[in-house]
Amino acid sequence: MDFLVFQYPMISVQACLDGILLGILFALIAYGMALQWGVMNIINIAQGDLVILGGYIAYFMYLYGIHPAWGVIVSPIIMFFVGIAIYKLVINKVVDRDLFISILATFGISILFMQLMNFAFGADVVLANSDYGTTMLFNNNVVLPNSKIFSAFISILFAICLVIYMKKSKLGRAIRATAQNARAAKILGVDTEKVYAATFGINAALCGVAGALISITFTIHPYMGLPYTIRSFMIVIIAGLGNLPGVAMSGMGLGVFEEFADYILGTEFRIGSVFLLLVLILVYRRFKLSRKREYLK
Amino acid sequence: MKINKIIVSFISAAVILLSTSVVSFAKVVGDKIVLGAAISLTGKYSSNGVHTQNGYNMAVDRINSMGGVKVGGKTYKFDIIYYDDESNPKRAAQLAERLISQDGVEFMLGPYSSGLTKAIAPVTEKYGVPMVEANGASRSLFTKGYKYLFAVLAPANLYLDVAIDLAVEKNNGKPVTVAMAFEQDAFSQDVRLGVLEAIERTGSKQVIDDKLPKELNDMAATLVKVKQMKPDVLVVSGHTKGALTAIRQISEMKVDVPMLAMTHCDAAKLSKQHGKNSQYALCASQWHKTLTYKDDFFKDGMTYDADFTKEFGYAPPYQAAESSAALLVFKDAFERANSFDQKKVRDALAATNMQTFYGNIKFAEGGQNVDKPMVLFQVMCDDGGKCENKVVAPTKWASAKLIHPIPSWSQR
Repeated sequence: MDFLVFQYPMISVQACLDGILLGILFALIAYGMALQWGVMNIINIAQGDLVILGGYIAYFMYLYGIHPAWGVIVSPIIMFFVGIAIYKLVINKVVDRDLFISILATFGISILFMQLMNFAFGADVVLANSDYGTTMLFNNNVVLPNSKIFSAFISILFAICLVIYMKKSKLGRAIRATAQNARAAKILGVDTEKVYAATFGINAALCGVAGALISITFTIHPYMGLPYTIRSFMIVIIAGLGNLPGVAMSGMGLGVFEEFADYILGTEFRIGSVFLLLVLILVYRRFKLSRKREYLK
Repeated sequence: MKINKIIVSFISAAVILLSTSVVSFAKVVGDKIVLGAAISLTGKYSSNGVHTQNGYNMAVDRINSMGGVKVGGKTYKFDIIYYDDESNPKRAAQLAERLISQDGVEFMLGPYSSGLTKAIAPVTEKYGVPMVEANGASRSLFTKGYKYLFAVLAPANLYLDVAIDLAVEKNNGKPVTVAMAFEQDAFSQDVRLGVLEAIERTGSKQVIDDKLPKELNDMAATLVKVKQMKPDVLVVSGHTKGALTAIRQISEMKVDVPMLAMTHCDAAKLSKQHGKNSQYALCASQWHKTLTYKDDFFKDGMTYDADFTKEFGYAPPYQAAESSAALLVFKDAFERANSFDQKKVRDALAATNMQTFYGNIKFAEGGQNVDKPMVLFQVMCDDGGKCENKVVAPTKWASAKLIHPIPSWSQR
């Protein structure tokens, strides 16, 4: 236990801001997961590996002298097609099956991706330097790397674009219709096969954006995908499907919670406390659900 | 028809199995001494696994071309059977079994990393197979009473305690305050124990003791604490990802600390990935090319560095150098034992007392090398942004003077 955070109030401000910036980035990945979960009923274990692959695209641009920030444009384009390819090869065969089969299939894709990335890019930890500098606030007591601010800004931008696209465009409407009732959508002339492929592609593109941002703010490594999958899974569980404001809020909430857990309980309990929170939320939900059921009886 | 096919495939499989095992069933075939090694050629340790393999191969070629190993008046050449352990401890243990019981290997070289060495050591111990390892530094390897395990490298608890001593020395012998951030794995926790001992010995004080997760890529929280507590020394150990993350976030968050000590800087190619931001970082290393140890095969560190770079196209990290040294130790032991009897070779290994280009080698009871201190180098950059690692401690080997305290970010 450490009460540094209470002794120095500026640390709380720092923790909140760090958590919010981190949470926004996680929320972007989680939104992709929520989208395909809602539309296709698939929990994509390979989510984190798609993120890392997107990160490598930005990293290679950086290696060839292009500023890695351009990765947020190039990476989603490439990843969109990677997503469609994965859909055509594997996902379309499991999309109507039960959840367990799709978890197994995407788990397999995850392992394959890890090994392929390790084979192609090597096992070294890499990063792309943006040289964005630092923003100092409150008399230099709060420090925010501009790369983190940039990440959050880009994440919000992409999220807003996506929401507008889902609301206004024809494909967006088709995706939402399929999410509500795939059979009815099919009867009404929606090509659900195409909708599924597009959804998976969009999800992969979002992962690509997030990956590029992660290579700028943190580090990437072929085996670092799983924590991103788990975090986005948790955000979706907390927020519920098809609930973008919920995903954003729970993403930021989780980020802040993690930071405070780090300061108060210690770094070693950071991830553990997040899992504890997940368990508590699931128990609470079940409790609420069972009360409702009794009421209905 | 189907049954026929199955029978045929069974028989052919059996034939293949027999033929391979017959060919390789001997530890010394003709004029060859066959050593076995399970190495991480794929998986998360693959880059360091390859450094290890390159180090082994380099030494095998060198020793063979310079006359080989003389045992009982006859000259033998080294040969190594490699298997890929996929960076997986279970697989490594299986492969060790296979090397010993199927391939008949009677002498082993170590894998990469403490974790995998820990998995293999019980197997080699069970069969009484002497193993010289070069990449397992965890202290727990040397406290289990293994009789057949020999490590050419210094144990993990000696990695960074030098830094604390150095900080105290720079503080005119007065105790210092220390912030620690260590990954939660066997190696880094051993490094932490060493630092804790040094803190106690010097009467210093720890002000932060963070344990970082295995998937570490964000240590902003730790660094915020460092900013508030203003310790004299910040010690970080979390393999390459720890080193890279620390430098990135220290430079982004403008954390000023008089001394920053880390592990795995050269494996992380710190100065290449971070350029001038990595300047002034102190790094623990098993070996550095400027050390003046000598031997007959590789001459000295500078020559080794040049030869290795010529052959493999990159400068050797210490992981490669220590691996090469393992072969030199084996050669020396075989010649002194003048036999291929495992017990005799084991006793000869235990009595090793030699100098190699990598350092002096003399094994303690537990198998760790006690005759080679760790060195600390500091990343130093010129105005053009070109960075170099220069040894600054211990004083005996120093090729440059330690820059202390690190200039603050506002002055850089």
